[in-house]
Amino acid sequence: MAGFNFDLCKRNSFLESKGVKAPGYTKTGTTIAGVIFKDGVVLGADTRSTAGSTVADKNCEKIHFIAPNIYCCGAGTAADTENVTGMVASQLDLHRYATGRESRVVTAMTLLKSHLFRYQGHVSAALVLGGVDFRGPHLFTVYPHGSTDSLPYCTMGSGSLAAMAVFESGYKDNMSRDEAVSLVDRAIQAGIWNDLGSGSNVDICIITKGKVDYLRNYKYFMDKTYVRKFPVCYPPGTTTVVREKMVALKDVDVIEGEASEAMVID
Amino acid sequence: MEPPTHCRAGATLPSGQEFLQSFQHRIARAFAGDTFEPIPLRCQMAGAGVQQPHAGAQAGPRVHANWSPYDDNGGTCVAVAGNDYCIIAASTRMSSGYAILTRRSSKFLKFSDKCLIASAGFQADLLGNTLYYKRFFPYYAWNLCAGLDEEGKGAVYTYDPVGSFERVGYSCQGSGKDLIQPVLDNQLRAASPLLLPAKNWMSSLPLDQAVDLVKDAFVSAGERDIYTGDWVELLIVTKGGIRREELELKKD
Repeated sequence: MAGFNFDLCKRNSFLESKGVKAPGYTKTGTTIAGVIFKDGVVLGADTRSTAGSTVADKNCEKIHFIAPNIYCCGAGTAADTENVTGMVASQLDLHRYATGRESRVVTAMTLLKSHLFRYQGHVSAALVLGGVDFRGPHLFTVYPHGSTDSLPYCTMGSGSLAAMAVFESGYKDNMSRDEAVSLVDRAIQAGIWNDLGSGSNVDICIITKGKVDYLRNYKYFMDKTYVRKFPVCYPPGTTTVVREKMVALKDVDVIEGEASEAMVID
Repeated sequence: MEPPTHCRAGATLPSGQEFLQSFQHRIARAFAGDTFEPIPLRCQMAGAGVQQPHAGAQAGPRVHANWSPYDDNGGTCVAVAGNDYCIIAASTRMSSGYAILTRRSSKFLKFSDKCLIASAGFQADLLGNTLYYKRFFPYYAWNLCAGLDEEGKGAVYTYDPVGSFERVGYSCQGSGKDLIQPVLDNQLRAASPLLLPAKNWMSSLPLDQAVDLVKDAFVSAGERDIYTGDWVELLIVTKGGIRREELELKKD
């Protein structure tokens, strides 16, 4: 795997000393959570991503594919969580081609932590990794500096305290699938309503032996509370035409047949 | 559970007494010609734990470099002046960092039957006000004063934190202002009252349409600004008095 390019470090620190501000990046101020139940693992995430105090994406996906039997929730810098999970997913894919065996959750965890440790926390991905392999269900948290925990229930992100409060009061060993989904749902909602970095909808992913149910927008909370009584209509001609130029199109091939749906303009 | 970031030694929060002392140090140094240490905003006022053991108390005033006397409790307010009315609206969420302190706190102060003020930013409590009062710090708040003038026309005055103000036809202050003000500019397109020759700078919209616009502005800001949410409170000032309306916003 190729490393990062550090060529511009010196230039950037010089510019910074002269008062130039570095560009910001999108953080997923987040609530993510996972729990082990009788037959597998349930992962959950909210769907808000923020840039400072502005909502950058109202319905983003934070549960990432790692392998057919492993998924991973990501909190932290959006670019880091997406790329780090993508990199590990492709490494495991190659590993499955080479060995012909199902990926193990510990393998994904080890690949993630060794990458994150190498970058000393600068790759800011805080992850909840879950999956089912031949040894059974597994759930890990992976911190941005590369430390890991193996736990029966865990939370991450800015809403982790709100979600953990729900887990601490509601977790039981050997829950049924429905109990586990409802617990994770409530934990994510605790983050959505009480943590300003988290919001919008609940995504749930249930991994059992040989089966994954990815329930995108398991709970949907996006309806507006007010619809305008006097909607704004801009009459044609609102935008002033400054200049007009007509171009005769020669050499255009006309293909007979019906236009595809995407091309039809009403 | 291990926190995802480093906790630096000496960065603990000050107790109440140390907070006052460090304040006096800073003021003394600022007056002595020393540069005032830049202090990052958005430290948590509510988290200034009084019980916290203070490791570096003897290390001098620099220990408090990470602490700020200010917080921003967010929230948005909007005011629109019409020919014979004035609407003033403000969201009711009060927050600190990523935490919601309360979902329902009014940002309004009523001066009379014809005059109101809405204040976004640092909702400093009485203690905070008293401390700040004699300390040459600006209030960290953005205010809108709205009501009817002596002719019965709507009046909106917009203020900056250090007291500069202007009479305008409409204005928006607080965390959602970057989202709402351009919409008001577009929809109400009132010119500045300072322009010569004088132009009509008051909203020409009828009251019901103006209320509709303000409600929509808050609902839309609530979609994208994390500090605007829960409810919006609208106060409509006409010669008949002040009418209160309320609208739910998103709670997430």
